[in-house]
Amino acid sequence: MTIDQLATATGERVNAVLRRTVLDHVAPERVAPDRTVPTRPAPDRAAAREFVDEYVVPHADRWDTLGKIPQELLTRIGEAGLWAPFLPAEVGGHGVSMAVLGEIHEEVGRGCSSVRSLLTVHTMVSWALRRWGTETQLRRWGAALAAGDLLGAFCLSEPGAGTDTDSLTTTAQRTDEGWLLNGTKKWITNGQRADLFLVFARGPHGTVALLVPRWSPGVTVLPIEGMLGTRASMLAEVAFRDVALDADALLGPTGLASGMVLTGTLDLGRYSVAVGSVGIIQACLDACSDYASRRQVRGSALRELPLIQAKLSDMVTDVRAARLLCAEAGRLKDLGDPATIMATWVAKYFASCAAAKHASEAVQIHGANGCSPEYPVARFYRDAKVMEIIEGSTEIQRITIAAEADRTWGV
Amino acid sequence: MLDTTAGKISAFIAHRFPKATITDADDIFSLGFINSLFAMELVMFLEKEFGITLPNNELVIDNFRTVTRMAELVGRLRPEPAAV
Ligand SMILES: Cc1cc2nc3c(=O)[nH]c(=O)nc-3n(C[C@H](O)[C@H](O)[C@H](O)COP(=O)(O)OP(=O)(O)OC[C@H]3O[C@@H](n4cnc5c(N)ncnc54)[C@H](O)[C@@H]3O)c2cc1C
Repeated sequence: MTIDQLATATGERVNAVLRRTVLDHVAPERVAPDRTVPTRPAPDRAAAREFVDEYVVPHADRWDTLGKIPQELLTRIGEAGLWAPFLPAEVGGHGVSMAVLGEIHEEVGRGCSSVRSLLTVHTMVSWALRRWGTETQLRRWGAALAAGDLLGAFCLSEPGAGTDTDSLTTTAQRTDEGWLLNGTKKWITNGQRADLFLVFARGPHGTVALLVPRWSPGVTVLPIEGMLGTRASMLAEVAFRDVALDADALLGPTGLASGMVLTGTLDLGRYSVAVGSVGIIQACLDACSDYASRRQVRGSALRELPLIQAKLSDMVTDVRAARLLCAEAGRLKDLGDPATIMATWVAKYFASCAAAKHASEAVQIHGANGCSPEYPVARFYRDAKVMEIIEGSTEIQRITIAAEADRTWGV
Repeated sequence: MLDTTAGKISAFIAHRFPKATITDADDIFSLGFINSLFAMELVMFLEKEFGITLPNNELVIDNFRTVTRMAELVGRLRPEPAAV
Protein backbone atom coordinates (compact mmCIF):
# COMPACT_ATOMS: atom_id res chain seq x y z
CA MET A 1 0.00 0.00 0.00
CA THR A 2 1.39 3.45 -0.86
CA ILE A 3 1.43 6.33 1.56
CA ASP A 4 -1.34 8.06 -0.31
CA GLN A 5 -3.46 4.93 -0.29
CA LEU A 6 -2.91 4.73 3.44
CA ALA A 7 -4.01 8.33 3.77
CA THR A 8 -7.14 7.70 1.74
CA ALA A 9 -7.87 4.51 3.66
CA THR A 10 -7.84 6.28 7.00
CA GLY A 11 -9.48 9.42 5.72
CA GLU A 12 -7.26 11.35 8.08
CA ARG A 13 -5.09 14.39 7.64
CA VAL A 14 -1.70 13.38 6.33
CA ASN A 15 0.84 16.12 6.73
CA ALA A 16 4.53 16.10 6.07
CA VAL A 17 5.19 14.71 9.51
CA LEU A 18 2.93 11.75 8.99
CA ARG A 19 4.46 11.09 5.60
CA ARG A 20 7.89 11.07 7.16
CA THR A 21 6.73 8.79 9.95
CA VAL A 22 5.12 6.38 7.54
CA LEU A 23 8.47 6.26 5.77
CA ASP A 24 10.16 5.68 9.12
CA HIS A 25 7.66 2.96 9.77
CA VAL A 26 9.01 1.21 6.71
CA ALA A 27 12.62 2.06 7.46
CA PRO A 28 13.23 2.92 11.13
CA GLU A 29 16.80 4.00 10.46
CA ARG A 30 15.43 7.01 8.58
CA VAL A 31 14.52 8.92 11.76
CA ALA A 32 15.65 12.47 11.10
CA PRO A 33 18.99 13.03 12.82
CA ASP A 34 18.34 16.74 13.38
CA ARG A 35 15.75 15.82 16.01
CA THR A 36 18.30 14.31 18.34
CA VAL A 37 19.92 17.51 19.60
CA PRO A 38 17.72 19.75 21.75
CA THR A 39 18.10 23.31 20.57
CA ARG A 40 16.47 25.13 23.47
CA PRO A 41 17.01 25.02 27.24
CA ALA A 42 15.19 22.32 29.18
CA PRO A 43 11.73 23.53 30.22
CA ASP A 44 11.02 24.06 33.91
CA ARG A 45 8.21 25.44 36.08
CA ALA A 46 9.03 29.06 35.30
CA ALA A 47 9.06 28.47 31.54
CA ALA A 48 5.83 26.46 31.74
CA ARG A 49 4.17 29.18 33.83
CA GLU A 50 5.09 31.85 31.33
CA PHE A 51 3.85 29.67 28.46
CA VAL A 52 0.57 28.89 30.21
CA ASP A 53 -0.10 32.52 31.15
CA GLU A 54 0.53 33.69 27.60
CA TYR A 55 -0.96 30.94 25.45
CA VAL A 56 -3.36 28.91 27.60
CA VAL A 57 -5.11 30.92 30.33
CA PRO A 58 -6.59 33.58 28.01
CA HIS A 59 -8.17 30.92 25.75
CA ALA A 60 -9.08 28.01 28.00
CA ASP A 61 -12.74 28.96 28.45
CA ARG A 62 -13.22 29.32 24.70
CA TRP A 63 -11.64 25.92 24.04
CA ASP A 64 -13.89 24.44 26.71
CA THR A 65 -16.93 25.79 24.86
CA LEU A 66 -15.59 24.67 21.48
CA GLY A 67 -14.73 21.22 22.83
CA LYS A 68 -11.38 21.30 21.10
CA ILE A 69 -7.78 22.41 21.51
CA PRO A 70 -6.60 24.13 18.32
CA GLN A 71 -3.67 22.72 16.37
CA GLU A 72 -1.88 26.04 16.83
CA LEU A 73 -1.56 25.40 20.57
CA LEU A 74 -0.46 21.80 20.03
CA THR A 75 2.29 23.08 17.74
CA ARG A 76 3.32 25.71 20.27
CA ILE A 77 3.59 23.06 22.99
CA GLY A 78 6.00 21.21 20.71
CA GLU A 79 8.01 24.34 20.06
CA ALA A 80 8.27 24.94 23.80
CA GLY A 81 9.52 21.37 24.27
CA LEU A 82 6.68 20.50 26.65
CA TRP A 83 5.30 17.31 25.13
CA ALA A 84 7.75 14.83 26.63
CA PRO A 85 10.70 16.74 28.09
CA PHE A 86 11.69 13.78 30.28
CA LEU A 87 12.75 11.75 27.24
CA PRO A 88 16.52 11.50 26.88
CA ALA A 89 18.47 13.90 24.68
CA GLU A 90 19.30 11.03 22.28
CA VAL A 91 15.72 11.09 21.03
CA GLY A 92 15.27 14.84 21.26
CA GLY A 93 14.04 15.21 24.84
CA HIS A 94 15.68 17.10 27.66
CA GLY A 95 15.97 14.41 30.29
CA VAL A 96 14.08 16.56 32.82
CA SER A 97 13.42 14.92 36.16
CA MET A 98 10.04 13.58 37.19
CA ALA A 99 9.93 16.28 39.89
CA VAL A 100 10.24 19.00 37.26
CA LEU A 101 7.81 17.21 34.95
CA GLY A 102 5.29 17.32 37.78
CA GLU A 103 5.81 21.05 38.18
CA ILE A 104 5.29 21.58 34.46
CA HIS A 105 2.07 19.55 34.45
CA GLU A 106 0.84 21.44 37.52
CA GLU A 107 1.31 24.74 35.70
CA VAL A 108 -0.50 23.43 32.63
CA GLY A 109 -3.28 22.05 34.85
CA ARG A 110 -3.63 25.48 36.43
CA GLY A 111 -4.34 26.92 33.01
CA CYS A 112 -6.46 24.21 31.40
CA SER A 113 -7.19 20.65 32.49
CA SER A 114 -7.99 19.65 28.91
CA VAL A 115 -4.52 20.61 27.72
CA ARG A 116 -3.03 18.89 30.76
CA SER A 117 -5.01 15.76 29.88
CA LEU A 118 -3.44 15.72 26.41
CA LEU A 119 -0.01 16.00 28.04
CA THR A 120 -0.90 13.23 30.49
CA VAL A 121 -1.74 10.60 27.89
CA HIS A 122 1.15 11.64 25.66
CA THR A 123 3.42 11.32 28.69
CA MET A 124 2.08 7.85 29.45
CA VAL A 125 2.80 6.61 25.94
CA SER A 126 6.22 8.26 25.77
CA TRP A 127 7.22 7.02 29.21
CA ALA A 128 6.12 3.47 28.43
CA LEU A 129 8.15 3.59 25.24
CA ARG A 130 11.23 4.77 27.10
CA ARG A 131 10.79 2.27 29.93
CA TRP A 132 9.84 -0.82 27.94
CA GLY A 133 10.66 -0.06 24.31
CA THR A 134 13.30 -1.88 22.30
CA GLU A 135 16.00 0.10 20.53
CA THR A 136 14.09 -0.28 17.26
CA GLN A 137 10.86 0.99 18.82
CA LEU A 138 12.66 3.94 20.38
CA ARG A 139 14.22 4.82 17.05
CA ARG A 140 10.92 4.48 15.26
CA TRP A 141 8.79 6.56 17.62
CA GLY A 142 10.98 8.39 20.17
CA ALA A 143 11.98 11.52 18.23
CA ALA A 144 8.50 12.18 16.86
CA LEU A 145 6.94 11.77 20.33
CA ALA A 146 9.57 14.01 21.94
CA ALA A 147 8.88 16.75 19.38
CA GLY A 148 5.11 16.30 19.48
CA ASP A 149 5.13 15.56 15.74
CA LEU A 150 3.20 12.47 16.73
CA LEU A 151 0.79 12.56 19.65
CA GLY A 152 0.12 9.53 21.82
CA ALA A 153 -3.10 8.27 23.41
CA PHE A 154 -3.67 5.63 26.06
CA CYS A 155 -6.31 3.02 25.27
CA LEU A 156 -7.38 0.89 28.21
CA SER A 157 -11.06 1.56 29.00
CA GLU A 158 -13.82 -0.13 27.06
CA PRO A 159 -17.59 0.29 26.99
CA GLY A 160 -17.86 -2.57 29.50
CA ALA A 161 -14.55 -2.28 31.37
CA GLY A 162 -13.27 0.74 33.28
CA THR A 163 -11.99 0.14 36.80
CA ASP A 164 -12.38 -3.58 36.21
CA THR A 165 -9.48 -4.15 33.84
CA ASP A 166 -9.85 -7.93 34.21
CA SER A 167 -12.94 -7.62 32.02
CA LEU A 168 -11.17 -6.27 28.93
CA THR A 169 -12.63 -7.85 25.81
CA THR A 170 -10.25 -6.40 23.23
CA THR A 171 -8.10 -9.26 21.98
CA ALA A 172 -4.60 -9.50 20.54
CA GLN A 173 -4.04 -12.76 18.73
CA ARG A 174 -0.63 -13.99 17.69
CA THR A 175 -0.20 -14.38 13.92
CA ASP A 176 2.76 -15.45 11.79
CA GLU A 177 3.58 -11.80 11.10
CA GLY A 178 2.82 -10.40 14.54
CA TRP A 179 -0.59 -9.54 16.01
CA LEU A 180 -4.22 -9.24 15.06
CA LEU A 181 -6.10 -6.69 17.18
CA ASN A 182 -9.89 -6.62 17.65
CA GLY A 183 -12.02 -4.59 20.03
CA THR A 184 -13.33 -1.16 20.99
CA LYS A 185 -11.83 1.36 23.41
CA LYS A 186 -13.89 4.17 24.91
CA TRP A 187 -13.25 7.55 26.57
CA ILE A 188 -9.86 7.85 24.90
CA THR A 189 -8.39 11.26 25.71
CA ASN A 190 -7.08 12.90 22.53
CA GLY A 191 -8.42 9.94 20.57
CA GLN A 192 -9.78 12.43 18.03
CA ARG A 193 -6.34 13.73 17.24
CA ALA A 194 -3.66 11.30 18.45
CA ASP A 195 -1.44 9.47 15.99
CA LEU A 196 -0.13 6.59 18.08
CA PHE A 197 -2.35 4.50 20.35
CA LEU A 198 -0.97 2.44 23.21
CA VAL A 199 -3.59 -0.29 23.34
CA PHE A 200 -4.04 -2.83 26.13
CA ALA A 201 -5.60 -6.09 25.01
CA ARG A 202 -6.11 -9.62 26.16
CA GLY A 203 -3.18 -11.62 24.76
CA PRO A 204 -2.41 -15.33 24.79
CA HIS A 205 -0.98 -15.21 28.36
CA GLY A 206 -2.39 -12.08 29.97
CA THR A 207 -2.69 -8.43 29.04
CA VAL A 208 -0.38 -7.15 26.32
CA ALA A 209 0.46 -3.59 25.31
CA LEU A 210 0.58 -2.77 21.60
CA LEU A 211 1.69 0.37 19.78
CA VAL A 212 -0.89 0.99 17.08
CA PRO A 213 -0.50 3.79 14.52
CA ARG A 214 -3.76 5.54 13.83
CA TRP A 215 -3.35 5.04 10.12
CA SER A 216 -3.35 1.23 10.41
CA PRO A 217 -6.13 -0.24 8.26
CA GLY A 218 -9.03 -1.27 10.49
CA VAL A 219 -8.73 1.62 12.98
CA THR A 220 -11.77 3.90 13.21
CA VAL A 221 -12.28 6.89 15.47
CA LEU A 222 -15.62 8.17 16.66
CA PRO A 223 -15.51 11.53 18.51
CA ILE A 224 -17.22 11.78 21.91
CA GLU A 225 -18.68 15.22 22.54
CA GLY A 226 -20.37 16.99 25.42
CA MET A 227 -18.52 15.52 28.41
CA LEU A 228 -19.04 17.10 31.84
CA GLY A 229 -15.42 18.13 32.26
CA THR A 230 -12.12 18.36 30.38
CA ARG A 231 -14.45 19.11 27.50
CA ALA A 232 -11.67 20.11 25.10
CA SER A 233 -9.62 16.96 25.58
CA MET A 234 -10.97 15.52 22.32
CA LEU A 235 -12.23 12.19 23.61
CA ALA A 236 -13.07 9.40 21.22
CA GLU A 237 -14.19 5.85 20.93
CA VAL A 238 -11.56 3.97 18.98
CA ALA A 239 -12.41 0.70 17.27
CA PHE A 240 -9.89 -1.85 16.04
CA ARG A 241 -11.27 -4.30 13.51
CA ASP A 242 -8.86 -7.01 12.31
CA VAL A 243 -5.95 -4.62 12.68
CA ALA A 244 -2.82 -6.46 11.53
CA LEU A 245 0.35 -5.37 13.30
CA ASP A 246 3.93 -6.50 12.93
CA ALA A 247 5.70 -8.27 15.80
CA ASP A 248 7.39 -5.03 16.72
CA ALA A 249 4.08 -3.54 17.87
CA LEU A 250 4.40 -5.35 21.20
CA LEU A 251 5.67 -3.05 23.96
CA GLY A 252 7.33 -4.72 26.94
CA PRO A 253 7.20 -8.30 28.13
CA THR A 254 4.41 -10.78 27.58
CA GLY A 255 3.12 -13.20 30.16
CA LEU A 256 2.62 -12.30 33.78
CA ALA A 257 5.14 -9.47 33.69
CA SER A 258 3.11 -7.67 31.00
CA GLY A 259 0.81 -6.39 33.76
CA MET A 260 3.73 -4.26 34.87
CA VAL A 261 3.55 -2.19 31.69
CA LEU A 262 0.02 -1.22 32.63
CA THR A 263 0.89 -0.60 36.29
CA GLY A 264 3.90 1.53 35.42
CA THR A 265 2.09 3.53 32.76
CA LEU A 266 -0.91 4.17 35.01
CA ASP A 267 1.47 5.30 37.74
CA LEU A 268 2.77 8.05 35.47
CA GLY A 269 -0.76 9.02 34.46
CA ARG A 270 -1.80 9.13 38.10
CA TYR A 271 1.15 11.38 38.91
CA SER A 272 0.21 13.77 36.11
CA VAL A 273 -3.45 13.87 37.22
CA ALA A 274 -2.33 14.46 40.82
CA VAL A 275 -0.20 17.46 39.90
CA GLY A 276 -2.90 18.62 37.48
CA SER A 277 -5.31 18.59 40.43
CA VAL A 278 -2.88 20.78 42.39
CA GLY A 279 -3.02 23.14 39.40
CA ILE A 280 -6.82 23.24 39.65
CA ILE A 281 -6.69 24.13 43.37
CA GLN A 282 -4.15 26.86 42.65
CA ALA A 283 -6.36 28.22 39.87
CA CYS A 284 -9.33 28.24 42.29
CA LEU A 285 -7.26 30.08 44.84
CA ASP A 286 -6.08 32.67 42.31
CA ALA A 287 -9.61 33.24 41.04
CA CYS A 288 -11.17 33.39 44.53
CA SER A 289 -8.55 35.70 46.02
CA ASP A 290 -9.09 38.10 43.19
CA TYR A 291 -12.89 37.90 43.31
CA ALA A 292 -13.11 38.10 47.09
CA SER A 293 -11.09 41.29 47.14
CA ARG A 294 -13.32 42.99 44.56
CA ARG A 295 -16.83 41.74 45.29
CA GLN A 296 -18.70 43.82 47.85
CA VAL A 297 -21.57 42.61 50.04
CA ARG A 298 -23.22 44.87 52.58
CA GLY A 299 -20.44 47.37 52.16
CA SER A 300 -17.48 45.09 52.72
CA ALA A 301 -15.33 42.97 50.45
CA LEU A 302 -16.02 39.24 50.53
CA ARG A 303 -12.51 38.67 51.82
CA GLU A 304 -13.48 40.41 55.10
CA LEU A 305 -16.11 37.76 55.88
CA PRO A 306 -14.98 35.00 58.26
CA LEU A 307 -16.83 32.25 56.37
CA ILE A 308 -15.15 33.23 53.11
CA GLN A 309 -11.80 33.46 54.89
CA ALA A 310 -12.29 29.92 56.14
CA LYS A 311 -12.75 28.70 52.57
CA LEU A 312 -9.66 30.57 51.36
CA SER A 313 -7.51 29.36 54.24
CA ASP A 314 -8.48 25.76 53.52
CA MET A 315 -7.55 26.23 49.87
CA VAL A 316 -4.16 27.62 50.82
CA THR A 317 -3.52 24.74 53.22
CA ASP A 318 -4.65 22.01 50.86
CA VAL A 319 -2.80 23.33 47.84
CA ARG A 320 0.40 23.27 49.87
CA ALA A 321 -0.25 19.82 51.25
CA ALA A 322 -1.17 18.40 47.84
CA ARG A 323 1.87 19.98 46.23
CA LEU A 324 4.14 18.47 48.88
CA LEU A 325 2.63 15.01 48.45
CA CYS A 326 3.18 15.26 44.70
CA ALA A 327 6.72 16.54 45.13
CA GLU A 328 7.48 13.55 47.34
CA ALA A 329 6.09 11.16 44.73
CA GLY A 330 8.22 12.88 42.08
CA ARG A 331 11.32 12.79 44.25
CA LEU A 332 10.90 9.05 44.82
CA LYS A 333 10.41 8.50 41.08
CA ASP A 334 13.67 10.27 40.38
CA LEU A 335 15.39 8.00 42.90
CA GLY A 336 13.86 4.91 41.27
CA ASP A 337 12.43 4.12 44.68
CA PRO A 338 9.51 1.64 44.58
CA ALA A 339 7.82 3.63 47.36
CA THR A 340 6.85 6.11 44.65
CA ILE A 341 3.97 3.91 43.56
CA MET A 342 2.08 4.16 46.86
CA ALA A 343 3.20 7.77 47.30
CA THR A 344 1.58 8.55 43.95
CA TRP A 345 -1.68 6.81 44.91
CA VAL A 346 -1.83 8.87 48.11
CA ALA A 347 -0.92 12.12 46.32
CA LYS A 348 -3.57 11.58 43.63
CA TYR A 349 -6.22 10.65 46.17
CA PHE A 350 -5.59 13.72 48.28
CA ALA A 351 -5.10 16.17 45.42
CA SER A 352 -8.11 15.08 43.35
CA CYS A 353 -10.49 15.10 46.33
CA ALA A 354 -9.15 18.49 47.44
CA ALA A 355 -9.55 19.85 43.90
CA ALA A 356 -13.18 18.72 43.75
CA LYS A 357 -13.90 20.22 47.18
CA HIS A 358 -12.22 23.56 46.52
CA ALA A 359 -13.58 23.94 43.00
CA SER A 360 -17.04 23.56 44.52
CA GLU A 361 -16.20 26.21 47.12
CA ALA A 362 -14.79 28.43 44.38
CA VAL A 363 -18.16 28.40 42.61
CA GLN A 364 -19.81 29.11 45.98
CA ILE A 365 -17.59 32.15 46.60
CA HIS A 366 -18.45 33.49 43.15
CA GLY A 367 -22.21 33.04 43.64
CA ALA A 368 -24.21 33.35 40.40
CA ASN A 369 -21.11 34.60 38.61
CA GLY A 370 -19.53 31.26 39.46
CA CYS A 371 -22.27 29.47 37.56
CA SER A 372 -21.81 31.60 34.47
CA PRO A 373 -19.37 31.23 31.60
CA GLU A 374 -17.94 34.64 32.42
CA TYR A 375 -15.74 33.23 35.16
CA PRO A 376 -13.47 30.19 34.88
CA VAL A 377 -14.52 28.57 38.17
CA ALA A 378 -17.45 26.70 36.59
CA ARG A 379 -14.91 25.04 34.30
CA PHE A 380 -12.66 24.22 37.28
CA TYR A 381 -15.65 22.65 39.04
CA ARG A 382 -16.52 20.41 36.08
CA ASP A 383 -12.89 19.50 35.41
CA ALA A 384 -12.20 18.72 39.08
CA LYS A 385 -15.01 16.16 39.14
CA VAL A 386 -13.28 14.26 36.34
CA MET A 387 -10.10 14.07 38.43
CA GLU A 388 -11.97 11.90 40.94
CA ILE A 389 -12.81 9.36 38.24
CA ILE A 390 -9.75 9.02 36.00
CA GLU A 391 -6.45 7.22 36.66
CA GLY A 392 -7.89 5.31 39.59
CA SER A 393 -11.26 6.52 40.86
CA THR A 394 -11.59 7.75 44.43
CA GLU A 395 -13.10 4.39 45.44
CA ILE A 396 -10.20 2.44 43.94
CA GLN A 397 -7.72 4.82 45.60
CA ARG A 398 -9.34 4.15 48.95
CA ILE A 399 -9.35 0.39 48.42
CA THR A 400 -5.66 0.42 47.45
CA ILE A 401 -4.58 2.71 50.27
CA ALA A 402 -6.57 0.70 52.83
CA ALA A 403 -4.96 -2.51 51.54
CA GLU A 404 -1.59 -0.88 52.07
CA ALA A 405 -2.59 0.08 55.61
CA ASP A 406 -3.64 -3.47 56.32
CA ARG A 407 -0.47 -4.89 54.81
CA THR A 408 1.72 -2.54 56.83
CA TRP A 409 -0.06 -2.09 60.13
CA GLY A 410 -2.71 -4.78 60.37
CA VAL A 411 -2.28 -7.64 62.82
CA MET B 1 22.62 -12.29 55.93
CA LEU B 2 21.37 -8.75 55.27
CA ASP B 3 24.31 -7.77 53.14
CA THR B 4 23.94 -10.68 50.74
CA THR B 5 21.83 -10.24 47.63
CA ALA B 6 19.25 -12.75 48.88
CA GLY B 7 19.25 -11.05 52.28
CA LYS B 8 18.48 -7.67 50.78
CA ILE B 9 15.68 -9.10 48.66
CA SER B 10 14.19 -10.89 51.67
CA ALA B 11 14.39 -7.71 53.71
CA PHE B 12 12.53 -5.79 51.00
CA ILE B 13 9.75 -8.37 50.86
CA ALA B 14 9.55 -8.47 54.65
CA HIS B 15 9.33 -4.68 54.70
CA ARG B 16 6.42 -4.75 52.24
CA PHE B 17 4.70 -7.69 53.97
CA PRO B 18 5.60 -7.39 57.66
CA LYS B 19 3.11 -10.07 58.67
CA ALA B 20 4.47 -12.76 56.36
CA THR B 21 7.33 -15.14 56.99
CA ILE B 22 8.96 -16.46 53.85
CA THR B 23 12.10 -18.45 53.25
CA ASP B 24 14.45 -18.00 50.31
CA ALA B 25 12.94 -21.08 48.68
CA ASP B 26 9.22 -20.22 49.13
CA ASP B 27 7.29 -19.62 45.92
CA ILE B 28 5.96 -16.11 46.49
CA PHE B 29 3.48 -16.51 43.63
CA SER B 30 1.82 -19.52 45.16
CA LEU B 31 1.72 -17.72 48.53
CA GLY B 32 -0.40 -15.07 46.82
CA PHE B 33 1.88 -12.08 47.37
CA ILE B 34 2.24 -10.99 43.82
CA ASN B 35 -0.05 -8.52 42.17
CA SER B 36 1.01 -6.21 39.37
CA LEU B 37 1.60 -3.35 41.82
CA PHE B 38 4.00 -5.40 43.94
CA ALA B 39 5.62 -6.86 40.81
CA MET B 40 6.40 -3.33 39.65
CA GLU B 41 7.75 -2.41 43.10
CA LEU B 42 9.92 -5.51 43.06
CA VAL B 43 11.37 -4.70 39.65
CA MET B 44 12.09 -1.12 40.72
CA PHE B 45 13.70 -2.36 43.91
CA LEU B 46 15.98 -4.83 42.12
CA GLU B 47 17.04 -2.26 39.54
CA LYS B 48 17.75 0.47 42.09
CA GLU B 49 19.30 -1.64 44.81
CA PHE B 50 21.62 -3.60 42.56
CA GLY B 51 22.20 -1.04 39.81
CA ILE B 52 20.90 -3.30 37.06
CA THR B 53 18.41 -2.93 34.22
CA LEU B 54 16.03 -5.82 33.77
CA PRO B 55 15.58 -6.47 30.07
CA ASN B 56 12.15 -7.55 28.82
CA ASN B 57 13.32 -11.10 28.14
CA GLU B 58 14.27 -11.57 31.81
CA LEU B 59 10.87 -10.40 33.06
CA VAL B 60 9.48 -13.90 33.25
CA ILE B 61 7.70 -15.40 36.19
CA ASP B 62 10.32 -18.06 36.86
CA ASN B 63 12.97 -15.43 37.58
CA PHE B 64 10.83 -13.97 40.36
CA ARG B 65 9.35 -17.10 41.89
CA THR B 66 11.66 -17.28 44.92
CA VAL B 67 14.20 -15.09 46.66
CA THR B 68 16.91 -17.48 45.47
CA ARG B 69 15.84 -17.15 41.83
CA MET B 70 15.81 -13.36 42.09
CA ALA B 71 19.29 -13.40 43.63
CA GLU B 72 20.49 -15.56 40.72
CA LEU B 73 18.91 -13.13 38.27
CA VAL B 74 20.73 -10.23 39.92
CA GLY B 75 23.98 -12.22 39.81
CA ARG B 76 23.58 -12.73 36.06
CA LEU B 77 22.84 -9.09 35.30
CA ARG B 78 25.13 -7.30 37.73
CA PRO B 79 28.22 -5.88 36.06
CA GLU B 80 31.40 -7.82 36.94
CA PRO B 81 33.32 -6.02 39.68
CA ALA B 82 36.42 -4.34 38.29
CA ALA B 83 39.61 -6.42 38.73
CA VAL B 84 41.91 -5.10 41.46
C1 LIG C 1 -12.79 12.74 30.80
C2 LIG C 1 -12.34 11.30 30.82
C3 LIG C 1 -11.18 10.96 30.14
C4 LIG C 1 -10.78 9.60 30.09
N1 LIG C 1 -9.66 9.26 29.37
C5 LIG C 1 -9.32 7.95 29.25
C6 LIG C 1 -8.20 7.56 28.44
O1 LIG C 1 -7.50 8.39 27.87
N2 LIG C 1 -7.93 6.24 28.32
C7 LIG C 1 -8.66 5.29 28.96
O2 LIG C 1 -8.35 4.12 28.81
N3 LIG C 1 -9.72 5.63 29.74
C8 LIG C 1 -10.07 6.93 29.90
N4 LIG C 1 -11.14 7.30 30.69
C9 LIG C 1 -11.93 6.26 31.34
C10 LIG C 1 -11.60 6.16 32.84
O3 LIG C 1 -10.34 5.60 33.02
C11 LIG C 1 -12.73 5.34 33.49
O4 LIG C 1 -13.87 6.14 33.43
C12 LIG C 1 -12.40 4.96 34.91
O5 LIG C 1 -11.42 3.97 34.94
C13 LIG C 1 -13.65 4.44 35.65
O6 LIG C 1 -14.21 3.39 34.92
P1 LIG C 1 -15.78 3.41 34.55
O7 LIG C 1 -16.11 4.78 34.08
O8 LIG C 1 -16.03 2.29 33.62
O9 LIG C 1 -16.50 3.18 35.91
P2 LIG C 1 -16.89 1.76 36.54
O10 LIG C 1 -15.73 0.85 36.52
O11 LIG C 1 -18.15 1.29 35.90
O12 LIG C 1 -17.20 2.19 38.03
C14 LIG C 1 -18.37 2.93 38.38
C15 LIG C 1 -18.23 3.44 39.79
O13 LIG C 1 -18.08 2.34 40.67
C16 LIG C 1 -16.92 2.50 41.45
N5 LIG C 1 -16.33 1.20 41.74
C17 LIG C 1 -15.76 0.34 40.85
N6 LIG C 1 -15.27 -0.74 41.48
C18 LIG C 1 -15.53 -0.56 42.79
C19 LIG C 1 -15.27 -1.32 43.97
N7 LIG C 1 -14.64 -2.49 43.92
N8 LIG C 1 -15.71 -0.83 45.16
C20 LIG C 1 -16.35 0.37 45.22
N9 LIG C 1 -16.61 1.13 44.15
C21 LIG C 1 -16.21 0.68 42.95
C22 LIG C 1 -16.01 3.36 40.62
O14 LIG C 1 -15.06 4.04 41.42
C23 LIG C 1 -17.00 4.31 39.99
O15 LIG C 1 -17.27 5.34 40.89
C24 LIG C 1 -11.54 8.63 30.77
C25 LIG C 1 -12.68 9.01 31.49
C26 LIG C 1 -13.07 10.32 31.52
C27 LIG C 1 -14.31 10.70 32.29
